[in-house]
Amino acid sequence: METILEVNNVVKQFGGFTALSGVNVKVHKGERLGLIGPNGSGKTTLINCISGAYTDYQGAIHFNGQDISKLKAHERTKRGIARSFQIPRPFSSMTVMENLLVPFAFVGGKDGPKEQEEAMTILSGMGLADKAFVQSNQLSQVELRKMELARAMAAKPKLLISDEAMAGLSGHEVDEVLDILFDLNKLGITIIMIEHIMQAVMKFSERVICLDAGKIICEGTPETIVKNPEVQRAYLGD
Amino acid sequence: MKYSIYAFLTLLGFLGLSVMNVNEYVFFAGFVILQFVVLATAWNILGGYAGYVNFGVPAFIAVGAYTAVVLFKSISAPLVVQIIGGGILAGLLGLMVGLLTLKLRGIFFSIATVAVVFILETVVMNWRYVGGAAGLQLTRPPDLWFFDTYTRMLFFVMAVLAIGSVSIARYIQDSFLGRGLRAVRDSEEAAECSGVPTLKIKLIACTISGALMGVAGAPMPMYLSYIEPTATFNLNYSISALGMPIIGGTSHWIGPVIGALLLATIQQIVTVTVSNELNVLVVGVLLVLFVVLAPDGILGLIKKWKQSSK
Repeated sequence: METILEVNNVVKQFGGFTALSGVNVKVHKGERLGLIGPNGSGKTTLINCISGAYTDYQGAIHFNGQDISKLKAHERTKRGIARSFQIPRPFSSMTVMENLLVPFAFVGGKDGPKEQEEAMTILSGMGLADKAFVQSNQLSQVELRKMELARAMAAKPKLLISDEAMAGLSGHEVDEVLDILFDLNKLGITIIMIEHIMQAVMKFSERVICLDAGKIICEGTPETIVKNPEVQRAYLGD
Repeated sequence: MKYSIYAFLTLLGFLGLSVMNVNEYVFFAGFVILQFVVLATAWNILGGYAGYVNFGVPAFIAVGAYTAVVLFKSISAPLVVQIIGGGILAGLLGLMVGLLTLKLRGIFFSIATVAVVFILETVVMNWRYVGGAAGLQLTRPPDLWFFDTYTRMLFFVMAVLAIGSVSIARYIQDSFLGRGLRAVRDSEEAAECSGVPTLKIKLIACTISGALMGVAGAPMPMYLSYIEPTATFNLNYSISALGMPIIGGTSHWIGPVIGALLLATIQQIVTVTVSNELNVLVVGVLLVLFVVLAPDGILGLIKKWKQSSK
């Protein structure tokens, strides 16, 4: 299997606190990877290192065989890494369509009628076509989550990182977002999903990695992960 | 196209006014009002579009003004050269300040820009070539083009600069740069992760904004026939340049124009009828009222009124 992302021995510290201590991850092209762990385990820190929100870490990150460790976030986006945020961050002064035109303009270099048509296709796929010209600060929580995924898709990613895209959603809404993620994966996009809703992670992921206290404590198929005593200890305590 | 026609007609209007037989004070006051249109528009490019509040406005005005003085004193440079020189140097200052401070966010960036004012004021205070703390008297050259007085010529020059600045701001708003700056204002992290080179576009905005403030400051020494650091580096410029877009509305290029025309006109009327000291009070009171009652400015009020009347 071809590797799309390789995280080599990444260490990230905040002052005296070590958030990640020597994390190694390999992600394969087209894979659906689940990233789990209790609060404070380093999941978001790891994806911040991958997406380029943090560049002051030790170790190396390779994407499509190239070292991207020193690249800024926008350069990584141009290489094909897109993400959504744990707390949605819409461009609230813009409409939903305009939100999508930002990556079209800055990644693709164009935001004309053709791109608007493409944006509309993405929004239709997310069930947001009727909200295209609504101000993004008027959206509901689930619509915001979908819009973030749509905006990430407008950057034409090869790797999509979904950071708790289902947090705060109802069971029905979780299924909607899961369906969207499955559809995106079918388009050939590799997806890393960070999620606290275990049923969703287990349903979606082909492989799951569990982090605890900045270290990977185990990885494997969803079935093996749920039975792993290390994972149970991390979540439930001794 | 429509905008170009309006801009050209407005310019013709200003040209017509400046050769008409009207009271000279109109041009004296009009120069200041138009100067504030340039300053407010320039401030809004970084402060309004990107949300980076620059308190260092006087530093950029002063760089424009003192560059003009140096060019005039050393090589008797004509006004156009003074303005271009002032704009270039103020733009370079914007770039340098941006490189040093734009990694800071929020209040930290604002404080850093205030520091630039004090640093440059100290330098000018001790620079004898430009008059130091005492200031420098300047004699206006006889060149009037086809205007009756130098003040009328300066009024028309400032009108050209105002229309030019507004056109630049309008172009930025509708361009990739404007879209990127708005994204930065809404969420810098999300902008960066959407492919926006945030530092680069902030630097471009800071440079353009600084250059426009510089060109607004460059004709000032000739307007007053005098320059001195205390008035040139006055922080009231910052209050006005920030207050005018906030009162007019920061989301659109027309907002700072409305704010500047409204406030600067009131200030000029107050100066003549009541007292010069009340100028800042006018801005202060209106600023507080708008921040509390209409945070999106006059444009926001118009938008609300339009929505409610539908």
